[in-house]
Amino acid sequence: MADEIVLLSTWPSMFGNRVRVALAEKGLKYEYKEEDLWNKSPLLLMMNPVHKKIPVLIHNGKPISESMIIVEYIDEVWNHKSPLLPTDPYQRAQARFWADYVDKKLYDIGKKIIWSTKGEQETGKKELIECLKLLEGELGDNPYFGGENFGFVDVSLVTFSCWFHTYESYGNFSIETECPKLVAWTKRCLEKESVSSSLADPHKIHDFASGVRKRLGIE
Amino acid sequence: MADEIILLDFLPSIFGMRIRVALAEKGLKYEYREQDLWNKSPLLLEMNPVHKKIPVLIHNGKPICESTIIVQYIDEVWKDKSPLLPADPYERAQARFWADYIDKKLYDLGKKITLTKGEEQDTRKREFLEFLKLLEGELGDKPFFGGENFGFVDVSLVAFSSRFYAYESFGNFSIEAECPKLIAWTKRCMERESVSSSLLDPQKVHDFVAGMRRRYGVE
Repeated sequence: MADEIVLLSTWPSMFGNRVRVALAEKGLKYEYKEEDLWNKSPLLLMMNPVHKKIPVLIHNGKPISESMIIVEYIDEVWNHKSPLLPTDPYQRAQARFWADYVDKKLYDIGKKIIWSTKGEQETGKKELIECLKLLEGELGDNPYFGGENFGFVDVSLVTFSCWFHTYESYGNFSIETECPKLVAWTKRCLEKESVSSSLADPHKIHDFASGVRKRLGIE
Repeated sequence: MADEIILLDFLPSIFGMRIRVALAEKGLKYEYREQDLWNKSPLLLEMNPVHKKIPVLIHNGKPICESTIIVQYIDEVWKDKSPLLPADPYERAQARFWADYIDKKLYDLGKKITLTKGEEQDTRKREFLEFLKLLEGELGDKPFFGGENFGFVDVSLVAFSSRFYAYESFGNFSIEAECPKLIAWTKRCMERESVSSSLLDPQKVHDFVAGMRRRYGVE
């Protein structure tokens, strides 16, 4: 019997898009349901009663929440194709560490740049550049964080790349100037169908962010 | 060749206790090195340059950081004894979800109880108890969060029980009165050698927290 896969997400979400990338890497068909986060659906509230957040993957009726937990789940269930985590336990621990680092840092820093006061914005810019430089160092001369192959850390980070234009615009700086290797990596990832078909258009993200800023009374 | 395992830790640390419990569950011998968090050792800074925090597990010279990542690593390397994560991918995702939720919430909630007063403390106490009740619901009638066997979520939560006396004392409330099933679970866990030998005595934790309150000027 064919798997029934449903993804509750929103198109600008870097967390939701991670799941889209993972599903595409595995060549999986699924039903996508766009959620309105200002008017959450009964399905979302039922499937993620604890956090009430997207993304939620519903696999044969059973929900899985938290984006990197979902990505690991996808990797374990459909383990015959495009493995995302390495097999070696130490390398797996390192991959989880860096995905956790992206999770702990990038979203909140990005928020400072886009929707807060000028002072916080400057702090956010500095922190973002530091963070991206550290990640650049971790990438080194590898084509991907996963080494020769696109992997777990690549999935966790690449979906932030469509937000770079927005960070640059509101923060008034160039990520490519500061972190050229990382931007080269984002371009390399975008050559993959699984990534280019899953990420939102950077200009649409910018318009979306502008809309949220107006809603929050920032502009 | 025998494994060389070193744990950089801090006795009252909930996160460190998780590692002690996991290592004990697997029957592993290791060298414990107490760290001074106000005067961090060159070894700690070298082994965890990104976060500069304990716990750090050093296995045959290679460091692993972040407590839930370390526990997963231990579970994967020494997989023949006392498995902590279940075999089924869906159950694994659920275990990771609850461990992640505990990580996101409990430490900060508990800390705020011990470092605040008056109305703010009352709010924190309410949130803390609500959270414990949610966990109690998840436990249900099972002996452990892992079902019949002590598992990943049990490891991530049980160390907090060493702080309960401190929370109750400084918050002036009884956790057992509100969450009797959870307290019963902590007692059940304490019957395990791996847990009782790893958790710091609640009175010592209390004295440590009292010291932190003085340091932060709360008392």
